[in-house]
Amino acid sequence: MTEQGVRWTAEQVLALAPDVASRKAGGKLGGAGPWSQTGGSASGAVWGWCKGSGSTPYRTVVDLTGPAYTCSCPSRKFPCKHALGLLLLWAAEGFGEPAEAPEWAADWLTKRAGQARRSAAPGAAKAAADPEAARRRGERRAARISAGVSELEQRLADLLRGGLAGQEHAGYSLWEETAARMVDAQAPGLASRVRELGTIPASGPGWPGRMLEECALLHLLDRAWLGVGELPGPLAATVRARVGMTGTAEGDAVRDRWLVLAQYDTVSPDGRLTTRRIWLRGAVSGRAALVLDFGPPGRPPGLALPVGLALDAEARFRPGSAGLRADLGERFAAPAPWPGVPAGISTGAALDAYGTALRADPWLDAWPVVLGPVVPIPGERGWQLADAEGTSALPVTVAAGRSRSGLWQLAALSGGGPVTVFGECGHRGFTPLTAWAEGSSEPVALG
Amino acid sequence: MNGDNGNNGDKHEPVNGVDAGGVADWEELVGVALLGTERRRGDGAAGSPEALLDAAAVTAVRRRAGLRPAAAGPRPDPAAPDPRPAPPDAARRRLAQLLAGRTGGGGRRGAAPDLTELLPQWLAAAVRHGYRAPAALVPALLDAARARTDLRPQALALAGGRGRWLARLNPEWRFALRGGAGGGELPAPDDRAGVERLWQEGLFAERVALLGAVRAHEAAAAPLLLSTTWATERAEDRLMFLDSLRSGLSQDDEPFLERALGDRSRNVRATAAELLSALPGSALAGRMAERALACVGPDGVVPPGECDAGMQRDGVVERPPAGRGERAWWLGQLVEAAPLSCWRERFGGLDPAGILALPVAEGWAEELHAAWCRAAVRQRDPLWSKALLGSASAPPAAGPATASLAERAKLLETLSEEERARWVAEFVRAHGLSEAFQLLGVCVVPWAEELGSAVVDALDSARNAGSYPWSFSGVMGLAERCLDPAAADRLESLLAVALAEEISGEAGRDQAAAEVTPGAEAYWAEAFQRLVSTLRLRAAMLAELAGSGEPAEPAPAPAA
Repeated sequence: MTEQGVRWTAEQVLALAPDVASRKAGGKLGGAGPWSQTGGSASGAVWGWCKGSGSTPYRTVVDLTGPAYTCSCPSRKFPCKHALGLLLLWAAEGFGEPAEAPEWAADWLTKRAGQARRSAAPGAAKAAADPEAARRRGERRAARISAGVSELEQRLADLLRGGLAGQEHAGYSLWEETAARMVDAQAPGLASRVRELGTIPASGPGWPGRMLEECALLHLLDRAWLGVGELPGPLAATVRARVGMTGTAEGDAVRDRWLVLAQYDTVSPDGRLTTRRIWLRGAVSGRAALVLDFGPPGRPPGLALPVGLALDAEARFRPGSAGLRADLGERFAAPAPWPGVPAGISTGAALDAYGTALRADPWLDAWPVVLGPVVPIPGERGWQLADAEGTSALPVTVAAGRSRSGLWQLAALSGGGPVTVFGECGHRGFTPLTAWAEGSSEPVALG
Repeated sequence: MNGDNGNNGDKHEPVNGVDAGGVADWEELVGVALLGTERRRGDGAAGSPEALLDAAAVTAVRRRAGLRPAAAGPRPDPAAPDPRPAPPDAARRRLAQLLAGRTGGGGRRGAAPDLTELLPQWLAAAVRHGYRAPAALVPALLDAARARTDLRPQALALAGGRGRWLARLNPEWRFALRGGAGGGELPAPDDRAGVERLWQEGLFAERVALLGAVRAHEAAAAPLLLSTTWATERAEDRLMFLDSLRSGLSQDDEPFLERALGDRSRNVRATAAELLSALPGSALAGRMAERALACVGPDGVVPPGECDAGMQRDGVVERPPAGRGERAWWLGQLVEAAPLSCWRERFGGLDPAGILALPVAEGWAEELHAAWCRAAVRQRDPLWSKALLGSASAPPAAGPATASLAERAKLLETLSEEERARWVAEFVRAHGLSEAFQLLGVCVVPWAEELGSAVVDALDSARNAGSYPWSFSGVMGLAERCLDPAAADRLESLLAVALAEEISGEAGRDQAAAEVTPGAEAYWAEAFQRLVSTLRLRAAMLAELAGSGEPAEPAPAPAA
C-alpha cells in the first residue's frame, strides 16, 4: 500500500480514457519501459518522465484528487496517453514511499491547489453578471415550463378519460412526442418521466397499476409546479429540481470525513450520456450524500472515488430532494482508505427510512441504506435479503443496466451467513451495491 | 413487498404494501383507470380524470410510505467453513485484475501483458500455497473455469466448498459438481462402505473420479476394486478404467493386467499389453525381450516370420497399416515393447550410445531406431533418450534416431529437468528459435538460467537480423510465461536499444497520422516491452502470493 492513497485498479484508470485509441495507447505506455523519474506524494499526486521519440522526455503529472492532468506533450486529448500510462504503471506497481514533488511537478500542483481553494470559496461560484437579466431569463423559462405542464396535464386527463386499457397497443411514439414537447418547454425532468411512462405498458403483468402510479405522481408534480409559489422552501426546491431546473441556490455546507459507500455508472438509453453516482456517508454527521458526475458522449465522468475511501472534504448540499444531492467542495486531504463497516439496520427500519424520506420528496424512488446483518436468499422467482434475526425480508431488485453478477458475488460473500449490505431501498425493492462479509472490513463493490 | 418477490430486474416491481384501508381502494382506482372515467357514471372519487389522478397520487405515496417487509423464504443451508487462509490482500487484488482481464482478449499485440495467459500460473501458485479463493471472487473464478476447461482443476480446488455451495444454487456452474472435475462429493478413499456403494451405484464420471482417488490413496486397492465388477462393465468403460491405472503403475498391477490380456475387447487387450511392457520386470516384458532378442543382434536384423497367437495375445497387432511391410511392422512392435535393459548384454556390454552407433544392415536402421525411441518414451529411460537425442548442436537430420521435433520433445520429457533445459539451450544456440517451439514447451517453468539466456540471445539476434517479431510470436508467448522473472533486467537493456532505434512519428501528430507503417524495430520494442512487463508482473504476482508478512484476513472492524 503506497501513501498516495489507495492504488487504483487498471479498470479505474482506463475508465478515464477519452476514447478507444487513447485506451490502447495508454495501455502500451503502462509498462516500466519508457518511464523514469516516477514518484508520488502523500497529498495524492503522481509524476514521471516518459521517453517518446524525441530527445526530451515528456513530463507528466497527475493530481489524483481531481483527477487532473498535465503533460508537456502536444496532444490535445485529455487525459493524454502518457497520463494514462503513468496511472496504469502506478496501478500495477506503485511508486514506493511518498516523496516531495520535484520542482517540475510541484509548480503545477501548487497552482492547482490555489485554484481549488478559490473555486471552493463561497460566492466564487457564479456571480451572475447581470442579476436583472438573469431574473428575466428565469421568469421566461418558468413561463415556458408552466405552458408545458398544462399541456401534460391535458394529456394525462385525456388518457384517463379514455382508459389505460388501450395503451398496450397505442405504442411508444405518442409518449416520445410528448417527451419532446417537454424538452422544448425546458423541463428535462418531466421529459424523462414521460419517456419512462411510455415504457410501462410493455413491461409485463401488473402494468396498469404501475402506469396509474406513475401517471398519478406525474400529475402530483404538475400540480406542485403550478402552485410552487405557495410551497415551503425545501419542498419548492424539490419540485423545481424534479421538473429539471437546476437550482443555483446553495444549501448547507458540511465538512466531514465522507466515506465512499458506492460508485456506479449508468448510461442513458440513447447511449449518449454516462451518469456516475457516488454515494457518501459522513462519518461524524451520519448524513448521506449523493454526488453525481456526467460524461458527455465518448468521455467518462471525471470524478472517480473508489469504494472504501474516506475523504476529508466539504460537501455542499443542494436544497430540496430530501437533502441527498451534494457537490464536493474543498478537500482537505487526499482520499485515504477507511477500514471499517458502517452500522446496519433491519429491513423494517430500512423501509421506515424510505417512508420518512418520501415526506420531503414524494417522487423519491429509493433511499440509501446500510442493511445488516442480513442473509441473501437466492430464488428462482427472485432474490431476497432477510434479517439474520427474525422472519422479515426485502425483495432484491437489480437496477436497469446492471448485471446480475453482483448478486452472485453477494451470495458468495455470505455463504449462507450474515453480511452487511449498502444499497438503495425503495418501492421496487432493495438494490445491493456494496457488501461486507462477516468479520471483514473490506468493502466489496458488487457489479 | 408483501410476499411478492417476483420479477427481478423488472424495473417496475409491483408492490402490494399492506396499507390499512389502502389496498382495496387502490385496486378500485386501477380498475377505473383501465376502463376510463367517461365509461363510468357516478359521483365517486373517480368522477373526473383529475379527481382520479388526485386520489391515485395520495394513495400511491401513502402505499409507498407504508411498505412493510415480506416474509423471508427458506434460507440456503450455510456453506461449510473453509479452514484454508485467504491470500494476502495484494494477491487478492491481482486475482481480481486477472479475472477481469479474462474477457479483454489481450491478444498477441501491444506492449501490455496478456493477462489471460497469467491466470493459470496464479491459480497454480495459489494452490501450492494452500490458499482458498477470496469469497467475492468465487463467481468470477467459476465463470472462468466454465469457459476454460484447462483452468478447472485449479480453479475448483481454490473455490473449494464455497464454490460447490454456489454451484448448487446456479445451474450455469453445474460443471463444478461433476465428479472428475474435482468438485464432486466423493467418499474418503478409506471409507470402504462408501467407496463400495458409489462404485456400485455411481454415474460413470463419479466412478472414474472415485477410482482415481482410490488409486492415489492406495495404488493396490484400485485393481481390487476394478476386479469386483470387471466382468459386467461395458468395453469402453473397461478401457477408461484401465487407462486410469497409468498413474502409479507398478509391478503389483501385473496379475490384473495379465488377466486383461485375455479381454474380449481388442482395445482393452492392447492397452493392457502396453501397460505391462512399461513394467520391465513383468512376464510380458520378458516374453517380448525373448522375441526381440531373437530378431535383433550384433549379426544383423531378422524380422519375425509370423505373428503367432502368443504375440497377438501380448498385444502385437497383426495387420499393418497401408503401405507398411508386415514383417517390419511386427519387428517394430516387438522392439518397442521389449525392456531396453535387455540390449546391453546382447551387444557385448555396449552402452546405448554405442549400440546406436553400430551400423545396421539391410536398411533396418530407421525401423529399429524409431522403435527404440518409442520404447525409451514408454519406459521413461533417460539414458536411452539421451543417446537417441544425440548432440543438440548437430543438425536435426543428422541425429542418430529421429528428426521429428515431436518425437524429440517426448524423449526430452524423460530427462531430468536440468538436462532437459541444458539440451534445449544448446539446441537454441545452434539452430535459433524457429524450430524450438515444441522443445521449449516441455521445459520446466521457470526456465533455467542457461536456457533463458539462450532464448533471449536468440531473440536479440533475430531482431538484429531484421526479422519481424511475429515470426516468433509462439516463442514470445512462451517466453512471457516461462522465462525466469530475473531475466527482466537483461531484457530491459535490449528494450532500451530497441526503443532507441525505433523511429515512430509521435511528436505533434495525433494517433491517426501516426499509423504509418513503422519498421520492425517498433514492433520489437513493443514485443520486448510486453515481455519485460509480463516478467515484472509475474515476479510481482509470486511475491504477492508468498505474502509480505501482512495478515491474510483483516481483523474484525469496529462498527462506524
